[in-house]
Amino acid sequence: MSDTAQNPLTPYAKSIGIRHEGEEDGAPVLAFDFSGDVEGRPQHLHGGATSGLLETAGYALLRAELEKQQRRHRLKPINITVQFLAAGKQRVTYAKGRITKLGRRNANISVEAWQDDRERPIATAIMNILMADPDS
Amino acid sequence: MAQDTPPFDPSQAAKFMLRHGHSAKLGLVYRDHGSDWVELELPWREDLVGEDSRQILASGPIISMLDMASGLSIWTKNTKFVGIATMDLRVDYQRPARPRSSVIGHVECFRLTNSAAFVRGFAHDGDPSDTVATMSGVFMSIEGDNRNV
Repeated sequence: MSDTAQNPLTPYAKSIGIRHEGEEDGAPVLAFDFSGDVEGRPQHLHGGATSGLLETAGYALLRAELEKQQRRHRLKPINITVQFLAAGKQRVTYAKGRITKLGRRNANISVEAWQDDRERPIATAIMNILMADPDS
Repeated sequence: MAQDTPPFDPSQAAKFMLRHGHSAKLGLVYRDHGSDWVELELPWREDLVGEDSRQILASGPIISMLDMASGLSIWTKNTKFVGIATMDLRVDYQRPARPRSSVIGHVECFRLTNSAAFVRGFAHDGDPSDTVATMSGVFMSIEGDNRNV
């Protein structure tokens, strides 16, 4: 079983159709199909749904990395900043993160979301996550 | 021929806007508004929690609610609907919401320019002075701009 398979998606992520699409350079790639559940203005992705995908990909990456290092933490969000670069269309949307800094208590993660063209992200996010004691 | 169209009313617009797409999926509810602010509610629901073991709403739906309340606050201050797109949205999380608690999102559009709208807001689970999250964002007008559409 891969690291990502051991990290099930949250009920929220599943309810908007987020799925594990695979792995790239050891980082989970998450995705969702376009559907009414993620639609904002007609025929376009809702910014909130895109943010949810970015955030979920950030957590999936951090959980996988902590597992590799055999570290146990309760993850708590500190903040997220999302930049919307292009309107999301009626296509599959993918997201993958990169850990910029993994400290003792905090992690800084950047995440990109794209559709047809990997080189043309539709949104990016920077997340700070607190890695607290697992029993806190 | 001049026509008097009534100013944008979020309490009316919410009736159809929140019944479609992602907002409907999350079950967002209109609560209140002023001349430049709108308040929505995200009712607690089992399938929107962030961890199986804790009955706390995930952060994703809270971002969506604040994004939606941002748009409504912009149209309210602008007094009419215009095409807008979120450019930048920042959310700081102060604490998790209480288990099985709904979350309320309050967003104010504090500045409108020709091309941009600036918003700030917060989310709470009952006491507005004890916030779950605070946010700020910038939206761009997409009227007559089809580059990204």
